Amino acid sequence: MYTEKVMDHFMNPRNVGTIEDANGVGQVGNLKCGDIMKIFLKIENDVIVDVKFQTFGCAAAVATSSMATELIKGKTVQEALQLTNRAVVEALDDLPPMKMHCSVLAEEAVKSALADYYQRQGLDPIPIVGCTGNCDACHSDHAHDHGRSDEEE
Amino acid sequence: MDKNDFSAYVYADNAATTRLSDTALEAMLPYMTAYYGNPSSIYSFSHESRKALSAARSDVAAVLNADPSEIIFTSGGTESDNHAVVGAARANVAKGKHLITSTIEHHALLHTMKQLEKEGYSVTYVPVDGEGTVDVEALKAAVRPDTTVISIMMANNEVGTIQPIAEIGAFAKSKGILFHTDAVQAVGHIPVDVKELNVDMLSLSGHKFHGPKGVGALYLRKGVRILPLMQGGGQERGRRSGTENVAGAVGLAAALKEAASQMETEAARLKALVARLDEGILKIPYTKKTGHPTNRLPGLASYTVEFIEGESMILHLDIRGIAASTGSACSTGSLDPSHVLMAMGLTHEVAHGSLRLSLGKYSTDADVDKILAELPEVVALLRRMSPVWPGLE
Ligand SMILES: Cc1ncc(COP(=O)(O)O)c(C=O)c1O
Repeated sequence: MYTEKVMDHFMNPRNVGTIEDANGVGQVGNLKCGDIMKIFLKIENDVIVDVKFQTFGCAAAVATSSMATELIKGKTVQEALQLTNRAVVEALDDLPPMKMHCSVLAEEAVKSALADYYQRQGLDPIPIVGCTGNCDACHSDHAHDHGRSDEEE
Repeated sequence: MDKNDFSAYVYADNAATTRLSDTALEAMLPYMTAYYGNPSSIYSFSHESRKALSAARSDVAAVLNADPSEIIFTSGGTESDNHAVVGAARANVAKGKHLITSTIEHHALLHTMKQLEKEGYSVTYVPVDGEGTVDVEALKAAVRPDTTVISIMMANNEVGTIQPIAEIGAFAKSKGILFHTDAVQAVGHIPVDVKELNVDMLSLSGHKFHGPKGVGALYLRKGVRILPLMQGGGQERGRRSGTENVAGAVGLAAALKEAASQMETEAARLKALVARLDEGILKIPYTKKTGHPTNRLPGLASYTVEFIEGESMILHLDIRGIAASTGSACSTGSLDPSHVLMAMGLTHEVAHGSLRLSLGKYSTDADVDKILAELPEVVALLRRMSPVWPGLE
């Protein structure tokens, strides 16, 4: 059901944990839906020098969080803003259709942490980051909100 | 470990399916090679297969305290459930189109009811309490003049709770309503006597008691008329057309006879193993047992493990060589966790962390040791990465 890459990141997740002095923290998803992702960023001079995550969820949720953190580690904030759920899926050699929402959640978790970073800098994150999808609805609605068609139901 | 070497694997998912018993396999083999004749053919070569089918029917009937003519072989629990409910509903449209079932039935039953609703029937779904026992008073109150069929499962496949079938059966009888029970998880594990239970129809499935997959039976009480689902060559006295699965029926009967003869000792053995599981697992903080505390299937243990998600737990157990199951959303193929746990009043978040361990004939003390050694580590590992784990003060 899952690719080897997904299983690898699920069994050996990279960057698990928290960052004490993080300057960007974002949490998306909710318990009712069965996935929560929390991302901690340590940003210095616009570069993500450290990133950690915590996830409650299925194997795809863990793997997409792990991969998303790998993809933005060491990158500039501007580069991290370009992260898409597609890129996460491709880096994992694909996800089952039912699990696409996990990649959306991973993208949103990164954006949500970046939005928090901007907020802490005294900047309004909305024009920069856009909707971080931190809404109450369950996954299928996330995809709709973002006009994505890659989620099959 | 070799990916295909399961010699040391702990299989704790016997509620999903079971290993074929050696006795059943031995009994089946001749009917796939030596005596493969079509039981309906008239030449002598088919006598053996016809005789075997008839003996299998008698054996199944004997275990259930039924008459052989009351046993119809089917392709499994799903077909038996469909046949019973659809066949009984359609045969009684003159009386009415109201059906009663519970909220915790298997999808073989629930989805059949949903289909009948689309066809103009109305269905009442009777609730259950926090332990998964059907509310009999609510069931009685749901009866209407146009109620034709009541279907309540004998034992639940996710939490193991055994339902008051004899009581519901007596009530249905007094009201002249047909009563079906899905006894797929019960047969071969707890005593099932169709007369004591007051049932008109009962479903069972071979692969849940160490028989083969893809073969089941429907008990249909003498005098009860239901419409067949399958039209064709008129096998099973016109009630279920299609060339009979002779080897399957033989294997089912052999496994059932074996299970019935070992039931008492086996149930006691499984209860002791489950007691060990309970003791070990409930030591993990924030775990609870689900289902009825005592009135439950002997080999089925079900729990909730808070702050972690079921699919992750199952996959980590799998890597460590243990097969178990969960009712988390990720495993149900939908975005909602198990309808059974939700019907029992569990919250979404708790239901996402459900775990079912179901033991069987081939489960051992060593299996339990292995589960108790690995599960606490898996839970700790997942909780460490969970953003909702409050930690232990
Ligand atoms: C309670 C119950 N009913 C029906 C079924 C369906 O049986 P089968 O898999 O033989 O079609 C199952 C098993 O999956 C079950 O547990």
